[in-house]
Amino acid sequence: MSAIQMHYLKQMKRLKYKITLARILLFAGFITLWEVAAYTGWIDDFIFSSPSRIIKTLFAMISDGSIFYHTAVTVAETGISFALIVLLGVGTAILLWSSKTISAVLEPYLVLLNSLPKSALAPMIIVWLGNNAKAIIVTAISVGVFGTILNIYTSFAETDSDKILLIQTLGGSRKNILTKVVLPASLKTIISNMKVNIGLSLVGVIIGEFLAAKAGLGYLIIYGSQVFKMDWVAMSIVILCILSVILFKIVDFIEKIVL
Amino acid sequence: MNPVLTLDHVSYSYHTPSGETPALKDVSFSVRPGSFTSIAGPSGCGKSTLLSLIAGLIAPEKGCIRFYKSDAMPAAARIGYMLQHDTLLEWRTIYKNILLGLEVTHQCTEQKKRLAADMMHDYGLASFKNAHPSELSGGMRQRAALIRTLVLEPDILLLDEPFSALDYQTRLEVSDDIFRIIKEQEKTALLVTHDISEAIAMGEQVIVLSSRPAGIKNVFDIHLSVDKRTPFSSRTAPEFSAYFHQIWKELS
Repeated sequence: MSAIQMHYLKQMKRLKYKITLARILLFAGFITLWEVAAYTGWIDDFIFSSPSRIIKTLFAMISDGSIFYHTAVTVAETGISFALIVLLGVGTAILLWSSKTISAVLEPYLVLLNSLPKSALAPMIIVWLGNNAKAIIVTAISVGVFGTILNIYTSFAETDSDKILLIQTLGGSRKNILTKVVLPASLKTIISNMKVNIGLSLVGVIIGEFLAAKAGLGYLIIYGSQVFKMDWVAMSIVILCILSVILFKIVDFIEKIVL
Repeated sequence: MNPVLTLDHVSYSYHTPSGETPALKDVSFSVRPGSFTSIAGPSGCGKSTLLSLIAGLIAPEKGCIRFYKSDAMPAAARIGYMLQHDTLLEWRTIYKNILLGLEVTHQCTEQKKRLAADMMHDYGLASFKNAHPSELSGGMRQRAALIRTLVLEPDILLLDEPFSALDYQTRLEVSDDIFRIIKEQEKTALLVTHDISEAIAMGEQVIVLSSRPAGIKNVFDIHLSVDKRTPFSSRTAPEFSAYFHQIWKELS
């Protein structure tokens, strides 16, 4: 290896270290500033909470187990919503692809439902389905499913017509076209859609929990804010941050296996 | 010997909201078993429509298309179709691509799989069995596409400008290659092209189509004085340029 190449590699490595270091410092600086500001009374830690108060609350809720319960409820609702969004999305997209008439009839409604702010539907869903997990899951599905259908259907419709012709000339059926060409060609779109949807499911679940829940992180946030337990709110948000990263990583992992 | 395929006054039009576009008008010709027929015509004249009709992807509006398996009765023939692009599926290995036709027609038997493996071996693709299409050269991809069609053991092969996506040098090589394989497998072939040289080089018979709506302008029987006819050697035959000029005149 030439000296210049070695120098270049060394510089690249140093840059990488610098970026990592800056990230850690930014985080540590923010936490320190928050803690110091709360400690010195510059901000009111009753309203703004503080890192130490969050940790204290976390330990208290770990010892009585309640935090595991609330997190598990949110995770379960998110997982179920996510799975149903993907299933319903792919299933409906297949239905639309299989019939030009059906897709032509439904298209304007899907566009309308996709651009509608879904949080507007949530109160109605809760009135219909009651104050329970079912209503929360349906709310979360409504957030993600219409975009998913449109996205995947568009990808199906854009399948290379030569590849479809190929299956026809080989004597294949419409089902063969779907399973041998259309679905494999859209796999990338489906996976990248799943990445979007894992986040949207969590958004939908939290919206639902704000309105309907008796448990879950969304419930903890809304209840905490009502009774001025801002430590609960801040801690729940921290857990949500961690949760969303983990969920995204899981889909990322699925992508690595499938593609 | 009876023709293996006969078209009898076949016409076809495309229908769109803005109107009717006649694509083929009163086309009649027949093809001898084991022969190589070229169909030449200007771009967009309806050549691909003709192949789609023969392949049964669309039905003629007027006239009829008949196949003869033996000298006696018309029967449904098996059609092999080679498209302009090799359309190998990138998410499948070469071997799996070759089995695609067998899979969709539910004849993926051990015997057929062996046939596929043998053909891959005979035509130099054995070592690429588990490779993906992007790892192959244009010529090899086209050969894999041909084998994918041939393992279905078609009676007639339809070639829809199968070399048009290749650069000139590769094109000459692949033409020889594909021609040799088709002759070795004793298949009847029908090639559609807008390239006059290619039509003469490969065909024993050249059918010249008029521009849209395509009708038959003329049919040439190609007799070339070369020892062993390959598409490449055909181009060196003394009669080649005379045929070229005749067809050129018909087309313009």
